[in-house]
Amino acid sequence: MEETTLLDWLITGGWILAKILIIVLPLMLCVAYLTYAERKIIGYMQLRIGPNRVGPRGWLQPIADALKLMMKEIIIPAKSNNYLFVIAPMLAIAPALAAWAVVPFGSELVLADVDASLLYILALTSMGVYGIIIAGWASNSKYAFLSTMRSAAQIVSYEIAMGFALVGVLLAAGSINLGDIVMAQKGSLLHWFWLPLLPLFVIYFVSGVAETNRAPFDVAEGESEIVAGFHVEYSGMAFAVFFLAEYANMILIATLAALMFLGGWLSPFEGIPVLQPMFQWVPGLVWLVMKTAVFLFFFLWFRATFPRYRYDQIMRLGWKVFIPITIFWLVLEGAAVVADLGPWFD
Amino acid sequence: MDFERIVFYVFATILVFAATRVITVRNPVHAALHLVLAFFTAAGLWMLLEAEFLAITLVLVYVGAVMVLFLFVVMMLDINVAVVREGFIRNLPVGLTVAGLMILELWLVMKNKAFDAAHMPAPMPRGADYSNTRELGSVLYTDYVYPFEIAAVILVVAIIAAIALTHRKAHNSKKQDPSEQVKIRRGDRVRIIKMEAESRD
Repeated sequence: MEETTLLDWLITGGWILAKILIIVLPLMLCVAYLTYAERKIIGYMQLRIGPNRVGPRGWLQPIADALKLMMKEIIIPAKSNNYLFVIAPMLAIAPALAAWAVVPFGSELVLADVDASLLYILALTSMGVYGIIIAGWASNSKYAFLSTMRSAAQIVSYEIAMGFALVGVLLAAGSINLGDIVMAQKGSLLHWFWLPLLPLFVIYFVSGVAETNRAPFDVAEGESEIVAGFHVEYSGMAFAVFFLAEYANMILIATLAALMFLGGWLSPFEGIPVLQPMFQWVPGLVWLVMKTAVFLFFFLWFRATFPRYRYDQIMRLGWKVFIPITIFWLVLEGAAVVADLGPWFD
Repeated sequence: MDFERIVFYVFATILVFAATRVITVRNPVHAALHLVLAFFTAAGLWMLLEAEFLAITLVLVYVGAVMVLFLFVVMMLDINVAVVREGFIRNLPVGLTVAGLMILELWLVMKNKAFDAAHMPAPMPRGADYSNTRELGSVLYTDYVYPFEIAAVILVVAIIAAIALTHRKAHNSKKQDPSEQVKIRRGDRVRIIKMEAESRD
């Protein structure tokens, strides 16, 4: 009896571990090639070629970068707070990876089908700020600390707008389970939530850009003023972990936007007479990846296009523009739900 | 010992350790971080009780927002721990009295017949389709709608009061109005004057 339970434990544990690896390993590969895509795309936007030396057309550049970062020494500043300095990168990447546990990749493809998965993701992404705060404080450096202050204030402010946008989504879907949210958008391209929730969609994505400290909201690492922000003192793999966390978060925000506003794994040709049967064979995961890629492209496009926001303007946009708009739209949406306004809210 | 119990004891140990460190550690930033750990493990314990909505909300609100602002302030203050510790012996009797009272109150509640094992049987584990969030929402917005709304109003009053008490008009504020900045046209800033070229002599 005792032995069988132990064996069961091992099998269950091993199976869960395997599933985690199935999610995390491709994610890490995506992160690596997102950095390559970023350098290439921004390169072409600026009429350059971008990385083109390592491997054919520079395809092996991310691998070379990863190897280089792993070989480098991790320098711990003498007057830093040792424990916290080492823990900070872990605190940054752990929530960025843990959030993927509840992300559905298809109607059956989900590691943990948690009932309150949207809340879970919101809670975990709000934890990510600790990595940044602790890194900045433990480094015992003025630049790092300034960046910490900026990014903490920014993340807390934009989280409110983001949370309200998500409230709009769960109001429309009538559920806080991501799988149910996608299924609530079934029908056609026009049934997806981007249309009835257009302002919330825009606000969610812009807040997502601000949450991940990406351009044009990257005052936290404004290299013209504070060198590189909270990770100035980090080197080698410790720095790389921050980098991984930032890009994993970008992919997460993009995937969530695709799931909540663009119908996730649903086919865009649904409900169209000829095209729907024609593209029936395409697996849902392909649609989800393509939709995610669109948002990721936006991340890179923003970076190549917009100048950095001034700090007070970031705060103004978050508090005085986004939050009032979301609250107004929630009230409107509530009325639409009560009035059973079709085809979205019936 | 089943798995759930092992998890409970692990979480409980971490929680007690973190909570103790909050009041014993010297550095205020470390204390705040231990408080974060305490909140997080408490959320884990609530999760074991199948109160997943409360657990996630605890992380979302306290760990994700309140403690971030708390840390924000604590990090910027340069608190001299030696000065804070000076009154330790002097304040000890008061502290002990308060702690004793709290223990007494807890004991009175625990001893109460209404809370013993016979009156409070262990709740049955719910099925997989049971949604804690939905149940909580349906109770909160029907049976307890008035207390809920009154609590919301009190919070709003508290927010307004806090802002009114702490907000001081800055004398040399360089506040900018973006709508005015955007409305600026070339004519408002630059005046182009046609003038004759000066002759050389």
